[in-house]
Amino acid sequence: MALGNTVYNLLFKKTSSFMLTVAVGAFAFERGFDKLTDYVWESHNKGKLWRDIKDKYE
Amino acid sequence: MQSVSNYSTTRGWSKSKKACMTTLGVLAGGAGALLYALESSYVQAGDLELHPPHLKWSHSGLLDSFDHASIRRGYEVYKNVCAACHSARFICYRNLVGVSHTEAEAKREAEEIMVEDGPNEKGEMFKRPGKLSDTFPSPYPNEEAARAANNGAYPPDLSYITMARHGAEDYVFHLLTGYMDPPAGVQIREGLYFNPYFLGGAIGMAQALYNEIIEYEDGTPATQSQLAKDVSTFLKWCGEPEHDTRKRMAIKAVGLMTILTAALFYLKRYKFSSLKTRKISYKPSSKDN
Ligand code: HEC
Repeated sequence: MALGNTVYNLLFKKTSSFMLTVAVGAFAFERGFDKLTDYVWESHNKGKLWRDIKDKYE
Repeated sequence: MQSVSNYSTTRGWSKSKKACMTTLGVLAGGAGALLYALESSYVQAGDLELHPPHLKWSHSGLLDSFDHASIRRGYEVYKNVCAACHSARFICYRNLVGVSHTEAEAKREAEEIMVEDGPNEKGEMFKRPGKLSDTFPSPYPNEEAARAANNGAYPPDLSYITMARHGAEDYVFHLLTGYMDPPAGVQIREGLYFNPYFLGGAIGMAQALYNEIIEYEDGTPATQSQLAKDVSTFLKWCGEPEHDTRKRMAIKAVGLMTILTAALFYLKRYKFSSLKTRKISYKPSSKDN
């Protein structure tokens, strides 16, 4: 539980750092989640999307 | 199970009464299911027209986007064939940008049409080349002119046609490719054409698509079915331009909800673990202490 304690003491113990962790965590999660889901979408539909064909017309 | 049956309201019933009630329940449920199945079945023996079968479109699946090269070809078909009779007055040239055309290309498309604008400082209306914000041109100034030019039949606006017909893009595809000679005994009036997919069978639109009727700029062989498939995909996009965004958001929504469900499931078990494992003991107080 050493890691758990460190995380708790560093991030969650004080309300101010807890709120900061929530805000930064939300931002980081959203970035990663969007990247992942967009990757799923773009690889599943490879060749059909505008981004795949636009080079031919620019 | 044991404790449940102890509290059951049917505990006092005789065996035969239980059997009787069970039969009644099964019959009522079965009749309900049958009614529901009949109500929602697609057998409509009252109509004579063909219902278009489902085709496997490149955008059919839950995660499938539009084929944007097909939208681009479909626009070519719309512009060179359908636009002679049909309007699509809810679609602007700017809508093509980033979907099937670059901004420069969409501007060039728009500049090909002349739009009435004004009044100028002398109070006169004037013509100018189209801009990105202009809508697709209408071939007729009003419905009466459209009817007069088409034997009294009104070519509907195609902007939302896939939303306005049962079968959506399947219907448009089969309508465009389904022309044939009327079967023996069916009389078709002068100026009408037989099409089994059209309600009533006699449509005021002549067959519009034939092999090689236009040439695709990307070199795709312009067979009748290719033309019909591309224009149907284009019209589907016109009716549901948010289609791709919607499916992309669906991936995000399902992903996020899965994570939240797992977290909530854990939280519920965590909170209930202490409630479910507790024991309440009651110690009656006696008079002597
Ligand atoms: C020669 C003129 C003409 C051309 C070209 C034309 N149409 Fe039509 N279209 C009509 C007319 C007229 C009607 C109305 C028919 C009726 O109501 O009997 C119609 C009706 C329709 C309908 C509606 C059918 C319904 O269920 O009410 C659709 C969809 C349609 N056209 C699609 C197209 C497409 C797609 C193209 C291009 C490939 C096209 N049309 C080209 C004249 C035309």
